[in-house]
Amino acid sequence: MRIESAAAYDEFHRRALDSAAAHRQEVLVCCGTGCLANGSMRVAETFTKELQARGLTAEVGNFTKRTGCHGFCQRGPLVVIQPAGILYTQVKPKDVAEICEKTVAGGTVIPRLLYKNPADNKRVEHYGDVPFYANQTRVAMRNIGKIDPTDIADAIGHDAYAGLVKVMFEMTPERVIGEIERSGLRGRGGAGFVTARKWRACRNAEGEHKFVVCNGDEGDPGAFKDRSIMEGDPHSVLEGIVIGAWAVGAHEGFIYVRDEYPLAVVNLTVAIEQARQHGFLGTNILGTGFDFDLAISRGGGAFVCGESSALMRSIEGKVGEPRQKYVHATDKGLFDRPTVLNNVETWADVGAILLHGAGWFAGMGTEKSKGTKAFSLVGKVKNTGLIELPMGMTLRDIVYGIGGGIIDDRPFKAVQTGGPSGGCVPESLLDLPVDYERLAEAGSMMGSGGMIVMDDRTCMVDVARYFLSFLTEESCGKCVPCREGLKQMLAIYDDLVAGRGKPGDIERIETLAAGMQLGSLCELGKSAPNPVLSTLRYFRSEYEAHIVAQTCPAGMCRDLTAYEIVPELCNGCHLCFKACPADAITGETKKLHTIHQEKCISCGACYDVCPTEGAVRFYPKNRPAENREAV
Amino acid sequence: MSGVAPARGGRGRDDRERAAIRTGGKETMVTLTIDGRVAKVREGATVLDAARAIGVRIPTLCQHEALEPWGGCRLCLVDVTKKEWSGWEKMVVSCMFPAEEGLAVSTASERVVATRKVVLDLLLARCPEAPLVQSLAREYGIERTSYQENPEPTDCVLCGLCTRVCDQIGVSAISTVNRGAGKEVAPPFHEAPPDCIGCLACAEICPTDCIPYETSDLGRTIWGRRFEMVRCPHCGRAHITKEQATFYAGRGGVPESYFLACDACKRKQMAKTFTTLSLAK
Repeated sequence: MRIESAAAYDEFHRRALDSAAAHRQEVLVCCGTGCLANGSMRVAETFTKELQARGLTAEVGNFTKRTGCHGFCQRGPLVVIQPAGILYTQVKPKDVAEICEKTVAGGTVIPRLLYKNPADNKRVEHYGDVPFYANQTRVAMRNIGKIDPTDIADAIGHDAYAGLVKVMFEMTPERVIGEIERSGLRGRGGAGFVTARKWRACRNAEGEHKFVVCNGDEGDPGAFKDRSIMEGDPHSVLEGIVIGAWAVGAHEGFIYVRDEYPLAVVNLTVAIEQARQHGFLGTNILGTGFDFDLAISRGGGAFVCGESSALMRSIEGKVGEPRQKYVHATDKGLFDRPTVLNNVETWADVGAILLHGAGWFAGMGTEKSKGTKAFSLVGKVKNTGLIELPMGMTLRDIVYGIGGGIIDDRPFKAVQTGGPSGGCVPESLLDLPVDYERLAEAGSMMGSGGMIVMDDRTCMVDVARYFLSFLTEESCGKCVPCREGLKQMLAIYDDLVAGRGKPGDIERIETLAAGMQLGSLCELGKSAPNPVLSTLRYFRSEYEAHIVAQTCPAGMCRDLTAYEIVPELCNGCHLCFKACPADAITGETKKLHTIHQEKCISCGACYDVCPTEGAVRFYPKNRPAENREAV
Repeated sequence: MSGVAPARGGRGRDDRERAAIRTGGKETMVTLTIDGRVAKVREGATVLDAARAIGVRIPTLCQHEALEPWGGCRLCLVDVTKKEWSGWEKMVVSCMFPAEEGLAVSTASERVVATRKVVLDLLLARCPEAPLVQSLAREYGIERTSYQENPEPTDCVLCGLCTRVCDQIGVSAISTVNRGAGKEVAPPFHEAPPDCIGCLACAEICPTDCIPYETSDLGRTIWGRRFEMVRCPHCGRAHITKEQATFYAGRGGVPESYFLACDACKRKQMAKTFTTLSLAK
């Protein structure tokens, strides 16, 4: 049905709430990408079947809902029983019968499926009490995990499009832009450009034909927050885009999604169709006479197409290469028309800001970075997953509070933010409040919200090398400093990690980095040296070790590291034997084990698996055996 | 070849037309300084146009007067600033940055030279044997590259002139393929390009002369494709491929027969006609 007035929306909203209230209990099964990979679809199917078989069906008020990502990917598949809020982790299809019997029908919890807080070894019943969730504040991700992303009525029951209704019936476009300005919203794609300034420039630009574009080409290694938003709550994105279009006077828009996100494409397609049917998209939106429609443009998988000018070229059907421009996209963007391009998360924030007010949003965060920010927390941290928190939270609170600390309680070394354009922030800056300015001062950047935690077993030279190899693949190759510079920079790093480093390499790296920063055409090349420069800034001694002594202090560069078993400490547990992929270890249970150097590939699996402190140690490969000193 | 393209406007007619529309048909002039010297150019011109107008040399590789500027080679980088920017300088490519009133341009500031040097050093590593790259690098004091020399030396600097001129003619027979370090100019699927008309524009425009071709009265070969030549009906010279004649006729609405005569014979024919006309008077 089409909604054509504020009253009609309220009526629809009320009915959606009523039908939700009719459910005595809801079983929310996370069907985000991480949990799906762990088999959550079968868990959801088993729930539907099992509830049916036990007569615990929708008619008597029990309901299985397949939701988007709950965030706590480390513990998936996740199941939440509402309204009690009981969180079960790592649920298998074989657990479903027991959950139906004891929890859904019986109202009791099953302790073994509850999350165990490693801090005090206590089981936590309510998901809100799990530290991972307790320390978060969700705005862009407000409905993810709560709603069925393919059901618009469910979304409306959770206030989807309420911001749009308020805007279209109570506000003027100028006031909307003013409200966004007061909220302090800045681009969530990473650069942090003031959203309202973009909108106002586009509104004031000459020309009838304007566009709004949503950048869903999230390509940073380790980042998946835009993916989860598009998959888990596509309506929040659509609502933001329609509000933006109305505010700047655009009638056509595109969502550019990378084709590697098939579920996002499916859920967005369904959401767009449902939004059209309900009068939130298409002609005569909400009966106001405003026309706006959206199309999905699927990206072919080039990282550079996340850059706005390359993205627009790609939508135009041309090769996705950035264009040098000394005019803003708000004057001359897509098809040379005034265009507003925002990131998925930025668009998802818009509806909530207009519904709850600029003051509410600006009340969170720091002086210049307002509101909340979504991150994908990954790497050597106990609780990996999708998080959203107020700007200004310290890295320590994120890594040790939400993240629960480092796996195996190893020492923290660095956290990488901002993907290939970002940098590594060292332990000395753990108390850094996370916002646009502080991260930039530390030589990193907000980026698209990837946060990769690294422990002491990470070689920072190798980390920089990894990002260089990623970018060398992904550079479009249009301009010389980026194409040739990355290739040469990578060659220097290949030498460093292989023990072929030479005096003067650091200076060569710095000269080349400066040339790339100043000379490159687009932000990909300009920011490509960031991982290099930030690791040089904080971990220069590791570089020097690679060049001067030809050693890798972290013991990760295979060409520089050898492993051995210390006979006095080996207790013959046989774990290293099992872990070795090269059959380089001999020994029997309860007897001394030995690593045979001629077969060893220096992967470090034995070191990582050994339960006895110090029994496996690594040393620089180039030192003679009698002169070894463990590093 | 010196590497310096002719000192004429490179912005194409579009911008001039747009500027003319903005100013009601009158050309507005803007005044800027380049390395301390005053330059006065029409609005819509680029910083590079302005520099060339007063004889300041800025090196370029990917710029050509017949094509829209592209900004890929990064050799024409300059620093620009304005009084109201309170000391802030921006590094831009002069082939695209518009000449604006009051702009102060430095074409050889320390960081401009340093950046240009990095670019040339990198190009020399890619094309160690290309004379044009060698001479440009030498100008900046680089005899040998400080980077790893390309194990498979090429003379192609990937300036994109060949593919862009092919697009501009309307043929689009070749393009750049792959990305990053693997980028190269090639016909589709590395096969003889079916759309190529054998006009040789790509080879002619190439600043390092690295597109091989053969042409004689018997035929022409480029990009692995062999073309038959059309002979001029008057002098018998083989001056154009059959495909060129067909393509030009199809685009211009002029009969194909018009293109069969060579330019020299056409001129002769024209002169003859005029002579006859004036004699008849």
